[in-house]
Amino acid sequence: MSILEVEHIGKSFEHTEVLKDICFTMEESQVLSIIGSSGSGKTTLLRCLNFLEHADSGVIKVAGNVVFDADDKEYLKDSVIRKNRLHFGMVFQSFNLFPQYTALQNVMLAKQLQAEKLPDFKAKKKEIFTEIEDEAKMLLYQMGLSERMNNYPHQLSGGQCQRVAIARALAMKPDILCFDEPTSALDPELTGEVLKVIKELAEQKMTMIIVTHEMAFARDVSDEVIFMDDGYVLEYGTPDEVFNHPKEQRTKQFLGRFIEG
Amino acid sequence: MDTFIEQLPIVVHSLNIGFLQTLKLFFVTLIGALPLGLIICFGSKSKIAPVRFILKIFIWIIRGTPLMIQLLIIYYFPGLVLHNPIWGGDESGRFFASSVAFIINYACYFSEIFRGGIISIPVGQDEAGLVLGMTRSQIFFKVKLLQMVKRILPPMSNEILTLVKDTSLARIIALQEVIWAGQAFMKGSQGISGAIWPLFFTAIYYLICNGLLTLLLGGLEKKLEYFR
Ligand SMILES: Nc1ncnc2c1ncn2[C@@H]1O[C@H](COP(=O)(O)OP(=O)(O)OP(=O)(O)O)[C@@H](O)[C@H]1O
Ligand SMILES: [Mg+2]
Repeated sequence: MSILEVEHIGKSFEHTEVLKDICFTMEESQVLSIIGSSGSGKTTLLRCLNFLEHADSGVIKVAGNVVFDADDKEYLKDSVIRKNRLHFGMVFQSFNLFPQYTALQNVMLAKQLQAEKLPDFKAKKKEIFTEIEDEAKMLLYQMGLSERMNNYPHQLSGGQCQRVAIARALAMKPDILCFDEPTSALDPELTGEVLKVIKELAEQKMTMIIVTHEMAFARDVSDEVIFMDDGYVLEYGTPDEVFNHPKEQRTKQFLGRFIEG
Repeated sequence: MDTFIEQLPIVVHSLNIGFLQTLKLFFVTLIGALPLGLIICFGSKSKIAPVRFILKIFIWIIRGTPLMIQLLIIYYFPGLVLHNPIWGGDESGRFFASSVAFIINYACYFSEIFRGGIISIPVGQDEAGLVLGMTRSQIFFKVKLLQMVKRILPPMSNEILTLVKDTSLARIIALQEVIWAGQAFMKGSQGISGAIWPLFFTAIYYLICNGLLTLLLGGLEKKLEYFR
């Protein structure tokens, strides 16, 4: 069964249609890259998946279960959204780390707050918190940040911040991890270290959706690629299909700029 | 010189009593105006348009008129115009009326400072919290509050130092605060009359008090320097 099914998602801001009838499916452990020019709706699509925006039409299913249906108000309830959005993780272009917490605390915070609601929290607080801490340290180790655990975000480089943000998202054990241009705010030298950990996650079979302008990376890491243009999914296929045999003139034009550059 | 040394203990004793009243008004105002300011701040961002509108007008009136006038109106209006003197004519009545005026006045200033603090936090902080499954209140208290405190501390410190000095305005309704006590020695009090120096001497009280507050608030700012 597909881990993610996105059916006929549409979204408008005031009078501009930003997403138009977006459909795609993803299998578990696959990596989907979304490419496309500025303003084509890539960020908006990821935000709809994470419920930071609410699509005006369409259905989203995770592992066969509906997590969003634009025609059913039930899915707009705060508590329902809070539960359903945990299927998805989000890594932002600008990291959005919490500045007053160390790298480790950033990774642990949401998990600790979640644990407070467990029925046996009071009795087992110590064990639960130790477990959360161990997991967080493991994730930071995986991100190559063991030495930086107790640093605050302002003491870290952009690449390190982004890796903390990835660890923070992974801590919630999302089914699908979304990246919105994770390296766009980074110096070219720091881009590599972030792409490397994303690639490692792909090798560990993490299901991921990556919005990126790094074409070589997208071609290399993805199982499938979507090219978006003006709110439409214009091209949808394997990296070979999209990059080497694009069907649409618009895609060729877009890719041409990168091949020349 | 001899008379000065004779007068000093009497004056200091009297000024101490006055300054106690000053401090009382200061702390009561702070304790009342901080939460009220937060409420006004949230109210002025309310989804209900009339609430927003009324609060905007209210803040405009309070910030647009002198605190001294507000004190006079709050103290005298109920008795002289409504013929219903709710405050009572004694010192505790004057203190109560002063507290109400000061709390309302300072809450309006504080609310604007809080508002500035809230809008200065990037939306990315909310969004990061939301996608991690946090509730709105968890995001406010665990993520944004400390960042807000850090940002509003400098303007807040300013306002707090001003409050210490502003308490002297309550003299207009004869609250017996420190300047009132100093002035009394000009007219004659406890065997001393025509002495102007006790009035000047009150400045030392304000200086010491604001010096301590500056150290305290500066220390707090320093404590929050560990993050950016
Ligand atoms: N909150 C909003 N209100 C109004 N319009 C918006 C809003 N968010 C996005 N848009 C518009 O929607 C369109 C798609 O924006 P989006 O950010 O999804 O594009 P993008 O593909 O991520 O672009 P980029 O590559 O520059 O990040 C743009 O025209 C943008 O101006
Ligand atoms: Mg974008």
